[in-house]
Amino acid sequence: MLSPSDWSAIWLTVKLAGLTTLILLVIGTPLAWHLARTRRWWKAPLSAVVALPIVLPPTVIGFYLLITLGPKGPIGQLTDSLGWGTLPFSFTGLLVASVFYSLPFVVQPIQNAFETLDMRLMEAASTLRATPLDAFFSVAIPMARPGFLTASILGFAHTVGEFGVVLMIGGNIPDKTRVVSVQIYDHVEAMEYAQAHWLAGGMVVFSFIVLLLMYTLNRGIRMPKI
Amino acid sequence: MKLFKQTLLAAAIAFSTAGAWADEVQVAVASNFTKPLEAIAEKFKAASGHELKISAGATGKLYAQIANGAPFEVFLSADSKTPTKLIEDKLATADSQFTYAFGKLVLWSSTDGYVDANGEVLSKGDFKHLAIANPKTAPYGAAGMAVMEKLGLTAAITPKLVTGENITQTFDFVSTGNAELGFVALSQVQQDGKLKSGSAWVVPAEMYQPLAQDAVLLTKGKDNAAAQTLLDYLQGAEARAIISSYGYDLPETTPETQ
Repeated sequence: MLSPSDWSAIWLTVKLAGLTTLILLVIGTPLAWHLARTRRWWKAPLSAVVALPIVLPPTVIGFYLLITLGPKGPIGQLTDSLGWGTLPFSFTGLLVASVFYSLPFVVQPIQNAFETLDMRLMEAASTLRATPLDAFFSVAIPMARPGFLTASILGFAHTVGEFGVVLMIGGNIPDKTRVVSVQIYDHVEAMEYAQAHWLAGGMVVFSFIVLLLMYTLNRGIRMPKI
Repeated sequence: MKLFKQTLLAAAIAFSTAGAWADEVQVAVASNFTKPLEAIAEKFKAASGHELKISAGATGKLYAQIANGAPFEVFLSADSKTPTKLIEDKLATADSQFTYAFGKLVLWSSTDGYVDANGEVLSKGDFKHLAIANPKTAPYGAAGMAVMEKLGLTAAITPKLVTGENITQTFDFVSTGNAELGFVALSQVQQDGKLKSGSAWVVPAEMYQPLAQDAVLLTKGKDNAAAQTLLDYLQGAEARAIISSYGYDLPETTPETQ
């Protein structure tokens, strides 16, 4: 069955995925709104940057994070001079990496929802003397609810499924950076196949339930018709 | 149609004869020996015409791949236990096992002057991260753990350990400066008898079990004459000179061939 170190890896993974999703909802929402509404020249390059993690191999991301976040890299020197130390081999480092790695999976569904939003509703809200921010929170966000649901589920699930980046910058430290995917890899390498099965099988079931939840809930929610 | 058949026949003959004098050997090699093997591959090709296809990884991982049908023909392990196990599992040819090198463990930092000649930096504990290869799967990792145990520092250093999945990744952690120091193979940091960069403590051999690295002919390679040629070549003078220049000790005698 599951050992204490397996449970520790599971808890760490849930914590990492949960925090990553939360941070991404906070920074991803304004970003998605901007991308959905802007007609400026930077829309295409910005969209491309957001989508990069979808096409880049995790090894590329891991390699550059290891170099730039390390003590010889620009970001590493910055964090070090601020007294935070360097980020690789730390939970914070994984969090930073995951936020970047899962960014498109949160931004894109929200952006899609914002793009299909009927702007006349926002105008109606402002004729009722709602400030733009007010209208955003009481009209745009509730109407984009399916987008937010998809974004949260994909952001969470994608972070849980992260492996290559964590392997390259995590250093496999128990309770700090040894997440489930790395733990499974360790079990397989050490030929502890029975333990690998418990975790790997659990991941299959988890992923299926998450996706099932997403498709079921999203079918249940209907965009209000005008 | 006749012309087609003739062309096909000619092509078949060309292929088979080409195969006879320039074969390929699929070699699985423990990460620490990658660099020397690449150097050996070049000389071996010049001497025999055979080409090596090299796959590097942690010994434990390569074992798992071989056990699950990987197409490797020769295995250069970082220990002697794994080749023995492969023979027991009937995945390697009995009697083909021999030691090709003794590995040396080194405590290395990419910063000049960081590691002193006696490794006292370890007991001072003035570092945030010490990199080590996964001791469960990589013999050099197990050797590093043995050294810390011997110095009575296991409990003090364990919270600072960062684990590379093999010795190459461990080296990367140290060379990028993300870990101040780490236990790596001397072959990774030494070339032509000199340290390439940084500072190092070559750990005295009595502090850890000898890292006898054994080669073995895998069952998949028993009909490939080139694989046997490679194993013979590894025990010859030319290969031994290369192996020694990377900082390995050599086995006293070369069994089998002499």
